Amino acid sequence: MSDATAGNLSQAAAEARREDAAQTGPMLAADGRPLKRSLNRALRAQKLRALALIAPLLIFLLVTFVAPILDMLFRSVENQIVSETLPRTVIALDGWDATDLPDDATYAALAHDFKEAAERRIHTRLGSRLNYEATGLSSIFRRSGRGIDGVGEPYADQFAALDPAWEEPATWIALMADPDWISEQADWLEAAQDTPEPAFRLVPGIADVLPETTDAYRSFARTIQTTGRTPESPLTKEPWATVYLALYRDLSGATGADIGAYSGPGATRLQTAADAVAGFETIPLRDAFAEVADGWVQMPVWTTIQTFSDPYTAGYFLAAVDLQLTPQGIEQVEDNQRIYLTLFKRTMVLSLTIMGLCVILGYPIAYLLSNLPMRTSNMLLILVLLPFWTSLLVRTSAWKVLLQQQGVINDLLVWIGLVGDDARLTMINNQTGTVVAMTHILLPFMILPLYSVMKTIPPSYVRAAKSLGATNWTAFWRVYFPQSVPGIGAGCILVFILSIGYYITPEIVGGRTGIFISNRIAFHISDSLNWGLAAALGSILLALVLVLYWLYDKIVGIDNVKLG
Amino acid sequence: MNGEWGLPSDTQDTFVSFDRVQKSYDGETLVVKDLNLDIGKGEFLTMLGPSGSGKTTCLMMLAGFETATHGEILLDSRPINNIPPHKRGIGMVFQNYALFPHMTVAENLSFPLEVRKIGKSEREAKVMRALDMVQMGDFGGRRPAQLSGGQQQRIALARALVFEPELVLMDEPLGALDKQLRETLQFEITKLAHRLGITVVYVTHDQTEALTMSDRVAVFDDGRIQQLDAPDVLYEQPQNSFVAQFIGENNTLTGRVAEMHADMCVVRLDDGELIDAVPVNVSAVGDRTQVSIRPERVEMNKDRLAPDAHTLKAEVLEFIYMGDIYRTRLRVAGHENFVVKTRNAPDQPRLKPGERIEIGWHPQDCRALDA
Repeated sequence: MSDATAGNLSQAAAEARREDAAQTGPMLAADGRPLKRSLNRALRAQKLRALALIAPLLIFLLVTFVAPILDMLFRSVENQIVSETLPRTVIALDGWDATDLPDDATYAALAHDFKEAAERRIHTRLGSRLNYEATGLSSIFRRSGRGIDGVGEPYADQFAALDPAWEEPATWIALMADPDWISEQADWLEAAQDTPEPAFRLVPGIADVLPETTDAYRSFARTIQTTGRTPESPLTKEPWATVYLALYRDLSGATGADIGAYSGPGATRLQTAADAVAGFETIPLRDAFAEVADGWVQMPVWTTIQTFSDPYTAGYFLAAVDLQLTPQGIEQVEDNQRIYLTLFKRTMVLSLTIMGLCVILGYPIAYLLSNLPMRTSNMLLILVLLPFWTSLLVRTSAWKVLLQQQGVINDLLVWIGLVGDDARLTMINNQTGTVVAMTHILLPFMILPLYSVMKTIPPSYVRAAKSLGATNWTAFWRVYFPQSVPGIGAGCILVFILSIGYYITPEIVGGRTGIFISNRIAFHISDSLNWGLAAALGSILLALVLVLYWLYDKIVGIDNVKLG
Repeated sequence: MNGEWGLPSDTQDTFVSFDRVQKSYDGETLVVKDLNLDIGKGEFLTMLGPSGSGKTTCLMMLAGFETATHGEILLDSRPINNIPPHKRGIGMVFQNYALFPHMTVAENLSFPLEVRKIGKSEREAKVMRALDMVQMGDFGGRRPAQLSGGQQQRIALARALVFEPELVLMDEPLGALDKQLRETLQFEITKLAHRLGITVVYVTHDQTEALTMSDRVAVFDDGRIQQLDAPDVLYEQPQNSFVAQFIGENNTLTGRVAEMHADMCVVRLDDGELIDAVPVNVSAVGDRTQVSIRPERVEMNKDRLAPDAHTLKAEVLEFIYMGDIYRTRLRVAGHENFVVKTRNAPDQPRLKPGERIEIGWHPQDCRALDA
């Protein structure tokens, strides 16, 4: 290369540098595209590859972990069961002022809702749900499932007495059903019945004539079409008694029905019935329901239904903090039923205690381990890990043997003479038992991160501190300890989070006073089946952990956590 | 040689003294064997040796992190064996600096003053002065991790000096730095040490570092001081073959003493040729000896040698051009690694492999050492 070209080149390079410096827009790559975009393009393949590598785990987690958790969280506010099971009642109760029992229309709505629910066998489920809010509702609902027909039967009988045709399914079909549907249904009945049954359709206009009857009949038709092992056809089945109740209410003018406008099949029979209903023997619906279950003429069942009629409710969350939703607003539950706040507090306090004990017991061990020669420390580390290789249940049960009143420790104390035979210590089935057993079980989770952090602190730091004039204690406290804080942080987070969710150990050694909130959650999941409350308790626990995590980040800094 | 290394008569008072010190870790082998060493006030003494030679152990015993198994260490004529490290008042610079990562630079420097309960304003003044001393005045607020290796080293140095110790120990402080930075810092450390008048005990395995920085160098091997001398003496007059091999580049020929005079001897090499040498630790005719000669003292021009000097025949095996010098590898008396360094000068011939030449040297440059 000649000197001239070299000179030119360096001049060009200098110009390029000047251009770069002068350029104010985005940096450009050699081909003139923005550098950022080129870089992204170059990295995309790499990112996709990384994504592909984690995809199996990601999908696994989403399906088996994230989705169920979200579903569980959703359950803590979800309350559609009331408005889905008793839709008409919920609407009827909308403007109810809760000063006196609701009106006849509401009772009628309840009768229709309840009949359908009972036929679909979902009334007991709603009963259990509402029983969480007011005890006794479950049994009212269960009993009403059997007796609900009694509300409509007097009317069914009287219509039948008036004109036996009212007992005929055909009469009702002619009145209610869309002719097209009738022929479809007839075809279906004659055929092999292996295709889905054509869904019942109303004849147009009938809803204006007999609003409540139409609604009740459609409910009847759809329900029998879709429930039961063998679907039934409205063509061949007499309507429910509640349909006759609706017919009576329509004909007696309680619902704004317009019989005169009707001229379809059976118009005369309808008119005859309309003229006759005034002479019907009736009992108020309220009294009829009192026959079914006397709970229906008391306020609690109605206020509860009204209060929990929204599709979403804060009820579970309120219950989880010992509050309840009443028509008067949010109130504390009665003294003897307040358990959750105590449990939350106990879970927190005991978890913190266990965490603190783990730090106090684990720190010196980790320190010793990290300062021993590799061979010895590996040996001792195996001892630390030994509990991991024993079943959790075995370890917990072992504590039971050790701590109980006739157990090893008490025997020993009595034998030494420290404790009288009549004053044996109670160390199990209370908080002491929980704390002792859980500290033992969780100790390795503290020691391991501490050890791995301490292992990385070179001994030269402490030596340097001493050479600078620090006493052993100062050197430890001002130089060694601050560097071991990330290990303490990691250990504390591990132990604390594990311990507030702990379940088996408190269950076995905790007795009544040593159980945790998770035991309660487990109870609601598997025994009381109140999943909504369990979900609310779980959500609160999750929120608490997140808050503490956030606090930890604020105070110590999350980048100050090191697992090794 | 019995391992007694006192002070040269013309130097100052003894400041540090090792008196028959032994150290064993396992009770079976001695890492330090009978160490006797006096270090003068204000002296820059380097302990040089291969790893495992006991030099760092000596330093750690002096600092108080290891206890001597036997013998006494005196600091300013006080025995310090039972004084814990933090009361010895010895500044120390560690191999990996050991700057406290959770403190800022200023806090690091302030630490030794805080533990000495020095008031805040005085502390700040001293920290500032120490930082200025190592030209790091603007870095007080930084964390050690934000500094380069060289900067960390300066801070470590400032921290060891900030509480004004009279003795500073340095354990291979420049080992992790690149060559250029190392040279700069070598110069700065010596300058600083002399300016402050502190005594420095410096441990290294880098012989260039030892030669350029120290007043005296103690060459350690096998738990003993092999030689303790000023750098030039060490280089030019090695007392045994280990020192000759360890310090600088060295050519070794083996043979037996053939004639013994007062300050001169003749050595018969293994292939029968005769050479002149200074007898260093050979005592009688017939002793096995390793003859040591520095590559730059080998003469290829016969005119510069005494007329009766013995010369050897040599064959050029390799010629390496290194810029300022030529490095020529020869086969001499059956040894294939005989190296000659010549200055790149106009009159100096560039030899070619295969050429046969004759080489010789001034007898005083050639030392007959132990075999």
